[in-house]
Amino acid sequence: MDDTIFALASARGRSGVAVLRISGPSAQAALLQLAADLPAPRVATLKTLRKGDTVLDEALVISFPKPASFTGEDVVELHLHGGAAVVSSVLAALAAFDGLRLAQAGEFTRRAMENGRLDLAQVEGLADLIDAETEVQRHQAMRLMQGDLSQKTALWRADLLRALSLLEASIDFADEDVPVDVYPEVNALLQSLVAIFHKEVKGVGAAERIRDGFEVAILGLPNSGKSTLMNKIAGREVALTSDIAGTTRDVIELRIDLGGLAVTLLDTAGLRESEDAIETMGVERARNRADAADLRVFLLGDTGEMEALGVRFRDGDEIVFAKADRAPTHSPSVSGLTGEGIDGLLARIAETLQHRIATIGTAVKQRHMLALQRAATALEAASEQLSWGSAHAELAAEDLRVALRALDSLIGKVDVEQVLDVIFSSFCIGK
Amino acid sequence: MKHYDVIIVGGGHAGAEAAHAAWRRGARTALVTHRFDRLGEMSCNPAIGGLGKGHLVREIDALDGLMGRAADKSGIQFRLLNRKKGPAVQGPRTQADRKLYRLAIQDEFRGRDGLDVIEAEVSDLRVEDSTISGVVLGDGSEILARAVVLTTGTFLGGVIHIGDKRHTGGRMGDGAAVPLAARLRGLGLPMGRLKTGTPPRLDGRTIDWSVLESQPADDDPVLFSFLSKAPSARQISCGITHTNSQTHEIIQENLSKSAMYGGHIDGVGPRYCPSIEDKVVRFADKSSHQIFLEPEGLDDPTIYPNGISTSLPEDVQHAYVRSIKGLANVTILQPGYAIEYDYLDPRALSSTLELRAIGGLFLAGQINGTTGYEEAGAQGLVAGLNAAALARALAPVVIDRATGYIGVMIDDLVTRGVAEPYRMFTSRAEFRLSLRADNADQRLTPMGVALGCVSPARRAVFEAKMEALNAARTLCEMLTVTPKAAGYIGLNLNQDGQRRSALELLPRPDTSREQLFTLWPELAEIEPAILTQLSYDSLYASYIERQAVDVAAMRRDLARRIPDGFDYAGIVGLSAELQAKLGKARPQSLEHAQRIDGMTPAALTLILARLRSSPMLANA
Repeated sequence: MDDTIFALASARGRSGVAVLRISGPSAQAALLQLAADLPAPRVATLKTLRKGDTVLDEALVISFPKPASFTGEDVVELHLHGGAAVVSSVLAALAAFDGLRLAQAGEFTRRAMENGRLDLAQVEGLADLIDAETEVQRHQAMRLMQGDLSQKTALWRADLLRALSLLEASIDFADEDVPVDVYPEVNALLQSLVAIFHKEVKGVGAAERIRDGFEVAILGLPNSGKSTLMNKIAGREVALTSDIAGTTRDVIELRIDLGGLAVTLLDTAGLRESEDAIETMGVERARNRADAADLRVFLLGDTGEMEALGVRFRDGDEIVFAKADRAPTHSPSVSGLTGEGIDGLLARIAETLQHRIATIGTAVKQRHMLALQRAATALEAASEQLSWGSAHAELAAEDLRVALRALDSLIGKVDVEQVLDVIFSSFCIGK
Repeated sequence: MKHYDVIIVGGGHAGAEAAHAAWRRGARTALVTHRFDRLGEMSCNPAIGGLGKGHLVREIDALDGLMGRAADKSGIQFRLLNRKKGPAVQGPRTQADRKLYRLAIQDEFRGRDGLDVIEAEVSDLRVEDSTISGVVLGDGSEILARAVVLTTGTFLGGVIHIGDKRHTGGRMGDGAAVPLAARLRGLGLPMGRLKTGTPPRLDGRTIDWSVLESQPADDDPVLFSFLSKAPSARQISCGITHTNSQTHEIIQENLSKSAMYGGHIDGVGPRYCPSIEDKVVRFADKSSHQIFLEPEGLDDPTIYPNGISTSLPEDVQHAYVRSIKGLANVTILQPGYAIEYDYLDPRALSSTLELRAIGGLFLAGQINGTTGYEEAGAQGLVAGLNAAALARALAPVVIDRATGYIGVMIDDLVTRGVAEPYRMFTSRAEFRLSLRADNADQRLTPMGVALGCVSPARRAVFEAKMEALNAARTLCEMLTVTPKAAGYIGLNLNQDGQRRSALELLPRPDTSREQLFTLWPELAEIEPAILTQLSYDSLYASYIERQAVDVAAMRRDLARRIPDGFDYAGIVGLSAELQAKLGKARPQSLEHAQRIDGMTPAALTLILARLRSSPMLANA
């Protein structure tokens, strides 16, 4: 009996349509829960997907009963609106079903293979694709590994391994000279891990970036027309504009919807050296914010001004030339007065940010979040078992193994030999 | 020239099980060993069972093997380890009277038609066209057989070390198997050296027992065999003493004289069974180590001091032993020693324990890099059953990881090899909750019946038990109670209005049998042992159900056999690194391939594709 798997079948990141594929014996049951009834086989049907009372999306759904499907099992495809928030909410709804889990790399193909739906030539063709998929995952894993998450994960793993080793030592070496009352330490380890995992699940959430939005800083020399440009984008006065250079002393934020992405535009103080202490503070703040932003728009009067701004240009940043209405000498140019060139600029920014979502890989983050959620649930179950004391030590150990397996997807496999290593290096075993 | 279906070389625990199992499966079998009267000898500590090990003994017994019955006949201190933990991790153990154990094993070899014991040394193997055809004895005579099982223990190239003294030997007082070791090396098989050790044997009459703590046997002994009811030998206590700082000083000062620390030994020893030298060095902050003083027999004054195995010179052994409480005037009957021996890399075996390179040649026990009587016996059983299968053209026997500890052990051995002598632990079994000592019969006796290696008597006992169990289960599923009603008899259940069945309530640590009998008097009619069994089955039911998916996935991949000559180089898209690893490891199935380091889902898919696309291989 196979479990039912699901995954995003289309590219990750924002797109017009995102296709989510579910395969396995519970695929139809899951659809029934989400869509209230089942569409006719192989007929694309518009359905409202709900989780409880919450509407997740209006989606085109297609059901492919076995064996005439990609994998040869019952398959359901959900053609969702491509917003990352929509996709992650549906993924989360599916993950909550009993017997459903996120597919591993290549798993759909593997099932198709096993059910004789693909032949060797097809699989060899697909192998490139699968490799590409895992390559992206490897890159992503590498990127995460170099950062905070990997260091944290290594610590969690060590704590979990310690807790499991204590339990296993008390089980496997009960007739040896090992500490008997390991439970206070195990409990303390579990409780702190559960708290951390819950916090991380909230933080690592794939929707975070999408929910909180990208920051785009507009910067230029004083009186270069940044505020006028902001006002034009906003369609209303948000920044104080005047002809006196250096009017904007604080960083002013404007939240806009850029093709579905939440974007916060930052209007920064004009970047120049000033005698005015307050203005100097404003400039410093502007430089810091601009540096930390996801993307920068350099609004220049002339090509020579880049250096004077003191902020580094990074890949994906935009350079535009101001006051297109007066004397357009360089392109691309924009005008805060007439609005000329603004649409083009916004479109380029939107494209860059969307591209970034695709490479950040929300699905990977979703995977992590689900893994941590699974780990937290398993650890809570372990704590529950340990409330019986040693009587259920082996059940608690089993739950810890489930938690470790959940972390496997973040950090690689934990092997029984590693548990034994910890035991043999910590305790003098061998009577 | 004599001719048998199966020849077993070696009369230790692996050899005895192998010979008896081959014979039970209908093979005309000969066991070749130096002396009949040493058949079933316990060369090391006088105990059977323990955690993981007790599980193995129960599994051997479920297939009608010898070890459980012999231990029950010779057990002098039965103790159930982890009694306060869940049944999945409880392990039966007993001290055994060495003589009674040996006699119990030897009894099983008397008057069995088609099961001969030949007293001789095997000095060579008959190998033709990479297939075994028999063995050559020390006097040059030959015995022919279709299958041969080697169970050489520590005898293969054995060297005994005491301090800087060394001599060849397979056990104190017995010679080593030297020509056979040379022969195996000559066959180009992958071999290595391992090491194990024993403590000095003490004269119990010179121990001051009055100053020592003692550890009694359990009041309600738990036996090994599903057919046994009660111990037959008198139950005794073991003494407990401890090393002290003076002991540790003596050892520290003389460390360079130890064979281990003096650089005389190349073999790798087990981390979980360290010598006292190891303990003192590796755990220097520990000021004392526990020692169990285990009697070797009811009418034998020899005491086995468990916990101080050593390869120090005799005079140092005397000095440190006498520094220990209660042992001030002790006499050492036989010094402790370390022994090095040859083993074969078990990755050269298939899951039936047959060498892949030489057809019909099976290996079991320490020759495969394991340690322990139980590990040896379990392998002997599997090798014997399969040797008989090969000789008689019957179906091979493979126990998988979800069916038994035996399967876990053999799978670990043949897929991962060994870095130190391999011992069973319950933590090695990923399906530990379903592989319990209490249900070994449920897991394996039906298989044994199908294989024809189980006696009619055992079969009858098993079937009666299953009948009672099923009836009791049906009843316990039917009887239900609301949380509120349960409250009246003092059961504190979650007040969710859900009815609970007797089956669900049975395993709760806070629920007594008496409370359940108050609710449902008909339960009191059920035999207590059956109720206990039911409660164990119920305790783990939800976990086992969850693992069922993993088990199914594992079995599916296990069923995808990869033939021996499978060409990994010909698979487009498989990295050169993985091609090399797979070519070397030669996994037997997709399941085994999966556990190779660095394996990717994409690579597995490609292998599977190739397996499916080659009709020639499909049925291989």
